[in-house]
Amino acid sequence: MNTPNDLLYAKSHEWLRLEKDGATVGITDHAQSALSDVVFVELPKTGRKVKAGEVVATVESVKAASDIYAPVAGEITSVNSALPNDPGMINREPYGQGWLFRIQPEQPKPIGLLSNTDYAATLTS
Amino acid sequence: MIPFAGWNLPVEYSGLLAEHKATRQEAGLFDISHMGQIRAQGKATLSCLESILANDPSKLKDGEGHYSFITNEQGGVIDDLLVYRLSPDDFFLVVNASRHTEILQLLKKHETPQVRFSGNPGTAAGMALQGPQAAAILNQVLQGVPIPPRNHIAKFTLFGASILIATTGYTGENGYEIFSDIPTGLKIWSALLEAGKPLGLLPCGLGSRDSLRLEAGLPLNGQDLSPEISPIEAGLGMFVDLNRARPFPGRAILEKQKKSGSPRISIGLQGQPGQPPPRHGYPVYQGHKQIGVITSGVPSPTLGHGIALALVTTPAPACGQDLEFEVRGRRVPAKVSPRRFLPKK
Repeated sequence: MNTPNDLLYAKSHEWLRLEKDGATVGITDHAQSALSDVVFVELPKTGRKVKAGEVVATVESVKAASDIYAPVAGEITSVNSALPNDPGMINREPYGQGWLFRIQPEQPKPIGLLSNTDYAATLTS
Repeated sequence: MIPFAGWNLPVEYSGLLAEHKATRQEAGLFDISHMGQIRAQGKATLSCLESILANDPSKLKDGEGHYSFITNEQGGVIDDLLVYRLSPDDFFLVVNASRHTEILQLLKKHETPQVRFSGNPGTAAGMALQGPQAAAILNQVLQGVPIPPRNHIAKFTLFGASILIATTGYTGENGYEIFSDIPTGLKIWSALLEAGKPLGLLPCGLGSRDSLRLEAGLPLNGQDLSPEISPIEAGLGMFVDLNRARPFPGRAILEKQKKSGSPRISIGLQGQPGQPPPRHGYPVYQGHKQIGVITSGVPSPTLGHGIALALVTTPAPACGQDLEFEVRGRRVPAKVSPRRFLPKK
């Protein structure tokens, strides 16, 4: 499974990319593969303040609905508005065009997230 | 792979959507070795089964099969099954994996020197070949030996072994269910895959089996059927035969429900594109009032919107009426529809 080294990972299979003006969140390659073909995405409202570990979105494949958790506390600043019309983007580009939402983290340094190698280790154990 | 009634079963091979589409447009091959295969043999087989099954097995001619139920004293469904008559004193039953041991024990209580039941879990192979190309693929493997018509079963010899082929399925497509010993099953599986490859055949998992059966409006025991749900409530009263004298468990209650209506009834629901799909367990509302619950729901790969079976209180809303189901605390619109979501083939 692809786990880019410039991202941080939650054990619940979300990734976080820290940027100058906030952070972007999506689901990992492992998560999209386990879900298989995504057919529906429910995204959070912009401006919503969330706690780390709170359910913020739902990704649904034919077989099941899966909760997506906020990897850090913060405020949702934007969502990927292209996803509802093309949810399969999550399968095709989980780390690129398939991103879910952007968040302004409360804390400058995220806590409790894993490096790519530590996350990859959770998948094999 | 996921655990399922004591078995490890693949949810998908190449991908649920690809497998679903292959079965609708070309063909799909499903491993159904987990399904319970029970043989009932002896001179008293028919009269014994008549006193257990909700559909009348005496209607079957040699080589014919039909859908039936084993009901409890309350008229609820212990299991739904296919019953095939091979000869007057030899019947073949295919039951759900989750009920296999329970049904075999229940049947064995009726054993006498004139009727015996056999077929322990894990002792036989089964596979379902389904889809528009199923006949062409099976014909290649059988090399021209004629195949029985729909809802029939026949014995064949393949790879030196005696096998059964039934013209039945659980996808809404034409197709076959093939039953054999395990080593022969492995050979048939490979032979079908090879013959089917140029025709677009894909091996299919539990995931597409569920989306295909729901599009065809076919019930799943444990969701749409249960010991607390009668066949009449599930909308399957046509498979409960009361035109015979013989009693069977729950008959009086089923007779009453058929005559004067059941307290609940299963309806079809169709969602809308772009809305969250209905799922098992979601509440169903008519205005402010909760009238029932979704027993099975899925985003239909063929239709592009959610479809569901829901068990609601009677009098049930008519086809075309607007209802809502609740997803994660919000209401989503749905229309009442026939329970078969795709046209019959």
